[in-house]
Amino acid sequence: MTPDQTMPKPTMIEFKEVHKYFGDFHALRGITATIRAGEFFSLLGPSGCGKTTLLRVIAGFEGISKGVVLIDGKDVAEVPANRRPTNMVFQSYAIFPHLSVAENVGFGLRKDRRTAGEKARAVDEALAMVGLVGFGKRAAHALSGGQRQRVALARALILKPKVLLLDEPLSALDKKLRENMQIELIKLQRQVGITFILVTHDQEEALVMSDRIAVMFDGEIAQLDDPETLYRLPKTRAVANFIGTMSFLPAKILSEGGGLLEVECPGFGRLTLDAERQVTGSASPTGATIGFRPETLTLLFDGQQPADRECMATVEEVVYYGDMTYYDVRLDGTNAVARLSMRNVFGRPVLDIGTRTRVAWSPGALVMFR
Amino acid sequence: MKMPVLRLYTIAYLIFLYLPIMILPIFAFNNSTAVAFPLRGFTTQWFGAVWADAELRGALGNSLIVAAATSVLATAFGVFAARASTRYDFPGKGWLMGLIMLPMVLPEMIMAMALLVVLLALGVKLSLFTVILGHVLLCTPFAVAILTSAFQSLDRSLEEAAYDLGEGPFSTFRLVTLPLVAPGIMASMLICFTISIDEFILSNFLKSGEELLSTYIYSKLRFPKYVPNIMALGTILVCVSIALLTLAEFFRRRGVARSGGKDSGGFL
Repeated sequence: MTPDQTMPKPTMIEFKEVHKYFGDFHALRGITATIRAGEFFSLLGPSGCGKTTLLRVIAGFEGISKGVVLIDGKDVAEVPANRRPTNMVFQSYAIFPHLSVAENVGFGLRKDRRTAGEKARAVDEALAMVGLVGFGKRAAHALSGGQRQRVALARALILKPKVLLLDEPLSALDKKLRENMQIELIKLQRQVGITFILVTHDQEEALVMSDRIAVMFDGEIAQLDDPETLYRLPKTRAVANFIGTMSFLPAKILSEGGGLLEVECPGFGRLTLDAERQVTGSASPTGATIGFRPETLTLLFDGQQPADRECMATVEEVVYYGDMTYYDVRLDGTNAVARLSMRNVFGRPVLDIGTRTRVAWSPGALVMFR
Repeated sequence: MKMPVLRLYTIAYLIFLYLPIMILPIFAFNNSTAVAFPLRGFTTQWFGAVWADAELRGALGNSLIVAAATSVLATAFGVFAARASTRYDFPGKGWLMGLIMLPMVLPEMIMAMALLVVLLALGVKLSLFTVILGHVLLCTPFAVAILTSAFQSLDRSLEEAAYDLGEGPFSTFRLVTLPLVAPGIMASMLICFTISIDEFILSNFLKSGEELLSTYIYSKLRFPKYVPNIMALGTILVCVSIALLTLAEFFRRRGVARSGGKDSGGFL
């Protein structure tokens, strides 16, 4: 079946003004959002931002102080965790150490009416789905971290939940394994079509895996968007800094009208921005700021001509990554350091600190926070 | 070694601690009623005499009843207290846990007298039951200490996972919590059993006519002709105690390993 892009997906989870207090601590401050059926949704934020609390609210491990949570159209205020159509993959995986792999995976089938043979077949299928064929008889405590993770996935998915909750499931794995598991999780989600909700503090992980991301700070959703919008047009500087890197320059709005803004900015000079596509946030008393990602600036070597415009800059810091080099440069006429990234090409030198250089830029790649 | 003084001190210390206990088996096998060197000859007659002593068998029976009841009750209370203190925060928790652990450091003499006064004032007749009450009071803190370590090494999300997978609170306890803390429960029961068998002061104050092992030994120690019997009995008790405590530590360590936690030293 091919997903129909034109039809909006139905709502799976709806939060209406959800508040949660732990004593005096206001952990969730009026969360209002919807999560659609079948999407890979991420809750992203620094530790203590309330993302795990929100996940545990969905699972039913935490009650809420105020507001409404609907799962599949049903208010779940009175539904305990063991009767919700959700299953969870815990951060510690929570594999039962005294049971075998098959007993772990089949744990949730205890109240199932199927025969033992049918249950065993379901367990085998679930193990096959996560690539653990033939592991059923092993002792759970003898598994590696990656294998535990797979057992936890199989154990949750065997119950065919409407929503699978993942609490930082990859944080305990090393980098290589983590990257492989990210791809596997995406494939698995497409295969089963279940709504996945992932909690993570790793922005890269969220960008790679999610259909949509809710960025949370201090118990509030700062922005809820698809990864590309989130990266290209963050609503606040805090979101911009949390997801990737962004450099900032102060700006002054000269005139506004007809969907365009005339802006003056040291370093870049006078430029025109598209109000809808490039301007974000509500008017702030501290003044407007121009922001740009490292890959939107390019160093110009020797006779190279810019695609759009160019300016002069001084290299202040060089960070060499092998395939990439990051430069901190000071654009002429500014006090702020701007970061730019260059793909390393054979035969092209890595510049030294203090080098004067030409930098190509384009007004279309900038964003402005009002 | 860099520190011969410390090493000598350690050896002297261990000799001082354990030499008296070594005396027990030596004289238990000595063919003389006098506890004195030189040894006369090897015999196992005292062990036979111990076995033949009907009064002693009665005392042993009473002690076993008391110890078994104490270990079960104290461990049951310990499970409740340990689970509550490791899982929940409630007002006055520190004070409450302190009160539960107090009998560990309180002079037994004071506990025994206080209990006796209260029981007599309430008009409760002294019996094996009152002895059990006293022993439970004494053993509960030990049970709590052992079981707290068992519950602490239990990952909280294991219970949540069982709940998430459709089990209720009781079946979660039965299917997940209990199997994982079972080694701790075994260890607690064994240690409470050992403490109860040894216990003299509380037993002496709270018993009525029937003798317990410890009070029986004390009452017979005054008669020289019983001394070798006591030596033989003492030897048996030392061996059984060591065996029980070893078994208890084995269960405790297995529990920690099974629930995947780090061994934080434990009780022994």
